[in-house]
Amino acid sequence: MELLLQTLVSGFLKGGLYALIGIGMTLIMGVMGIINLAHGQLMMVSMYITYSLFALFGVDPYVSLAVSVPAIFILGVAIQKFFLNPLMKIDTILPENQVLMTVGIGMALTEIMRFIFTSDYKSIQTSYSKTTLLMGNISFSLPLLIDFFIAVILTGALFYFLKHTDTGRSIRATAQDRDAAILMGVNAERITSITFGLGAGLVAAAGTMLMPVFYLFPDIGGPFTRKAFVICILGGLGSSVGAIFGGITLGLVEAFGATYIGMEFADMIGLIIFFLVLLVLPGGLKRITGM
Amino acid sequence: MDPGVKKTAIFALLVLFVSAPLFVKNDYFLHLMILAFMWVVIGSAWNLLAGYTGQVLFGVAAFFGTGAYTSGLLVNHLGWSAWWGLPLGGVTAVILAFPFGWICFRLRGAYFALATLALNEVMRHVATIWESLTDGMAGIMILQTFYAPITTPLGILSSKTPYYFISFVMAALSIACVILVTRSKLGYYLLSIREDQDAAESLGINTRLYKMISLSVTAALSGVAGGFFTNYMGFIDPETVFSLHDISIMAILVGIVGGVGTVYGPAVGAFIMVIVQEMFRTGVFGLLSSLAEGTGSGAIITLEKHISSAHVLMFGILVVLVIRFMPNGVVGDWGKVAALVTPCRRANMRQEAGE
Repeated sequence: MELLLQTLVSGFLKGGLYALIGIGMTLIMGVMGIINLAHGQLMMVSMYITYSLFALFGVDPYVSLAVSVPAIFILGVAIQKFFLNPLMKIDTILPENQVLMTVGIGMALTEIMRFIFTSDYKSIQTSYSKTTLLMGNISFSLPLLIDFFIAVILTGALFYFLKHTDTGRSIRATAQDRDAAILMGVNAERITSITFGLGAGLVAAAGTMLMPVFYLFPDIGGPFTRKAFVICILGGLGSSVGAIFGGITLGLVEAFGATYIGMEFADMIGLIIFFLVLLVLPGGLKRITGM
Repeated sequence: MDPGVKKTAIFALLVLFVSAPLFVKNDYFLHLMILAFMWVVIGSAWNLLAGYTGQVLFGVAAFFGTGAYTSGLLVNHLGWSAWWGLPLGGVTAVILAFPFGWICFRLRGAYFALATLALNEVMRHVATIWESLTDGMAGIMILQTFYAPITTPLGILSSKTPYYFISFVMAALSIACVILVTRSKLGYYLLSIREDQDAAESLGINTRLYKMISLSVTAALSGVAGGFFTNYMGFIDPETVFSLHDISIMAILVGIVGGVGTVYGPAVGAFIMVIVQEMFRTGVFGLLSSLAEGTGSGAIITLEKHISSAHVLMFGILVVLVIRFMPNGVVGDWGKVAALVTPCRRANMRQEAGE
């Protein structure tokens, strides 16, 4: 029983971070209709920024959020502006050119980081990295608990932004119908750039917050990209609410898989869920909730 | 190009390829040619599904690796010759493709691409975890059939010569296969699915069925290539044959560098990519290291040290550049490439057009 509760708790807390990763991906997917296969790699770059700030200046990972998130936001805007938007105008046989482009960008980012930081594993040891709070016999990892609350705050802020600001409304309008939005005077290129930046910023926040409890090496981006799309498929493509459910579901499933089946299966379980969702519930949780 | 010139050119190339091992005895050269031929097969397979049917495949390695493991497992568990892996590798790859296609062809565009990526990863994990069958990360080692120089009436030939001819025949057959498909009714069905799936369906084309056929041919060709890889290399492990970068992304690069949706595009792309890959792996064929030794220049020494580890970075940059500036590849954008190489011809053409 305790093992069950413990698994539930750690899965749920991790799921909060996964939700943040998934929302970033699903936002980009909703507005541009493309899958950002450099998503995990952007997260990896953010993790390296956090690591460098800590290693060089002793900046606390949570303080470095103020640096890594804007930095990756700008990187995301630049990628969209200089690499993805120009592709819209080129006529080719393959419509998936933008997705291929993100693959190329992801590879380049990984290798540039490997060039700078080598392939060695890095990690940050803070005074609270291993701190746990006990409630009965169930332990809560302090960093993961903080992460969960920041994730909730960021998600809330994002929803407020999307619902109640002009830019947010333009983003939703572009996601619904790009052509109609352009006719209504929305600058679609600007909106896509901002959206990509936002998605990148969210995943950057997740990466930075993962740093106190996780290790880092250049190839870590790929697995997180895959997690992100499993979350999106679970939640329903383009659905932000779905991404939250998807993220928490994936966190729970991974935790249960690791506890009851075996550690080495944790990565594969996500992918198997991916196929199961396609088979049993195409359209994801969006189909049930309608959101 | 007019058809007569094209036919002569192709015939001349065939003669050249067939006779090459008789006068070129350099193992390294033959090795590169064998790799290039293998990539012609994989590139053509990828091109059939992605270029002609419009279903972008990110996980060709799933089928390639299945073929490779079929070959290896036949030797390890049944004691058969690894050459059975060529036909049976194709068969097992198709067996894998069937349930996958059945589930995933309900997805379109980029989502299908993602599903293939997931298949790639699942297969890699399976091969790693199922140690009782595959020996996991340790990989499978088999005895190569040809390893000593071969004495023939034409003189002593390199041990790679048989592999050269087998891979050459495979490459030629796979191109023939693509030509056959594209010139048949099936080819037009596939093109119509690529152009507009809904329109194709409304015209009464069973899109699911034809996408499945296209996927099966792709899987079969990739599986055969995988079986050949095991025979040629003698060693496979999950990281090599199910590699996302070195197989799946490389296949996409071969396709887009050469020209998506063209018959000879992947063949051209295969040679370009194998050369590019080798250039980075060996530091421009050892030129850099000799330069570094000769001149003692610090910059060249640093460059030489890093260039071999930078081939994935170059792959990434190449993807970005090719998609940005040459989205239809060397064959598809031949006009652009030719204009780049011969600026005066462009001027001539303009003059002619002006007259």
